[in-house]
Amino acid sequence: MPEILDQARTQVLENGVGLDEAGVLAVLNLPDEHLPAALQLAHEVRMRWCGPEVEVEGIVSLKTGGCPEDCHFCSQSGLFTSPVRAVWLDIPSLVEAAKQTAKTGATEFCIVAAVRGPDDRLMRQLREGVAAIQAEVDIQVAASVGMLTQEQVDELVEMGVHRYNHNLETCRSYFPNVVTTHSWEERWETLRMVRESGMEVCCGGILGLGESVEQRAEFAAQLAELDPHEVPLNFLNPRPGTPLGDRSVVEGKDALRAIAAFRLAMPRTILRYAGGRELTLGDLGTRSGLLGGINAVIVGNYLTTLGRPATTDLELLQDLKMPVKALSATL
Amino acid sequence: MSGDTTGPAPLGTSTGFGGPAGAGASWCDRCGTPTGEGDHTACRAARQLEPPRYCGHCRRRMKVQVLPVGWAAVCVEHGETRA
Ligand code: SF4
Ligand SMILES: [Zn+2]
Ligand SMILES: [Zn+2]
Repeated sequence: MPEILDQARTQVLENGVGLDEAGVLAVLNLPDEHLPAALQLAHEVRMRWCGPEVEVEGIVSLKTGGCPEDCHFCSQSGLFTSPVRAVWLDIPSLVEAAKQTAKTGATEFCIVAAVRGPDDRLMRQLREGVAAIQAEVDIQVAASVGMLTQEQVDELVEMGVHRYNHNLETCRSYFPNVVTTHSWEERWETLRMVRESGMEVCCGGILGLGESVEQRAEFAAQLAELDPHEVPLNFLNPRPGTPLGDRSVVEGKDALRAIAAFRLAMPRTILRYAGGRELTLGDLGTRSGLLGGINAVIVGNYLTTLGRPATTDLELLQDLKMPVKALSATL
Repeated sequence: MSGDTTGPAPLGTSTGFGGPAGAGASWCDRCGTPTGEGDHTACRAARQLEPPRYCGHCRRRMKVQVLPVGWAAVCVEHGETRA
């Protein structure tokens, strides 16, 4: 057994203290033959500190495309020659999307907009949309609409948005290679305000942007410092027309190593499968990740790409004897 | 939701229409180049996990809304496609 896993067994599994950056790096550098042991330990940590439930979420794009920012992985930036066009979702369709999501047993519904930050029009749409969902659908509403002012944070709280997603995307040292129109620190500032407001903080990122293994470890440590309620883990799905459109996808084993390492860095967080898992991990890998530290999934489609059918994931959870977290357990 | 890349449907219907190189479509709905030119095998594979982006009939970029279940794509000339 590699020393780092022995250390993690005591420190993380028994004492609930996450690995630091050096520890995460050691896990990310484990040779293939030790990957099953790392996943097994991460799974035990998840079961011990989070339990067997899996949190299921659906997401929808309220405003797609035409974003003024230049996140190099994103097909919704208006600065690249991506084929994604700007489009707004109307409120009845938004409510319908929430209903469809609730039907899967999901407890979370996240409304997303491709913006630097919300303007008055978006805040109005959001207010109307959240109220309409709350009136008709039994589901918790989360939002992800970019960088916020303090007033906007307060408004979201008042609307009843219970969790706010704002991804740091990658570690601080690599961020300027991925985004030039705003800074990592600006994102951090929004997260700080969200945290102080009492909303749950959801913050993760994308692996496979060209960051080094060391930078992946740096990212895990920075997320652990933020201590978010939830960490969505995406794997790059290279989008045509974006600066990262020609990158190759993360190797399945590296993705699994990262899942185990992030879990060992953050024993109590909700670690969610987000975009790119279909491409990077496939069916078999998806299963391995759920047995290696993941305890939440986005079901159905993503914002501009499609996922596998929700039923496929729900059947897998049943097969793994992992109950879907009920709404009563989240309130 | 996996993209329907199996073949064309009449214009303006709500059943999803020709994927890349689908008979009747002149343009690949993923990359927007002629279906009769070049190799669209990768486009066809990618379309399993992506909605169409270009109208197969006129090559216009469509307004596409992805939903938790399904998607809707609108060509200003040829109308809406859903799946
Ligand atoms: S801010 Fe969001 S929507 Fe805009 S380019 Fe960046 S990731 Fe895409
Ligand atoms: Zn093509
Ligand atoms: Zn057309």
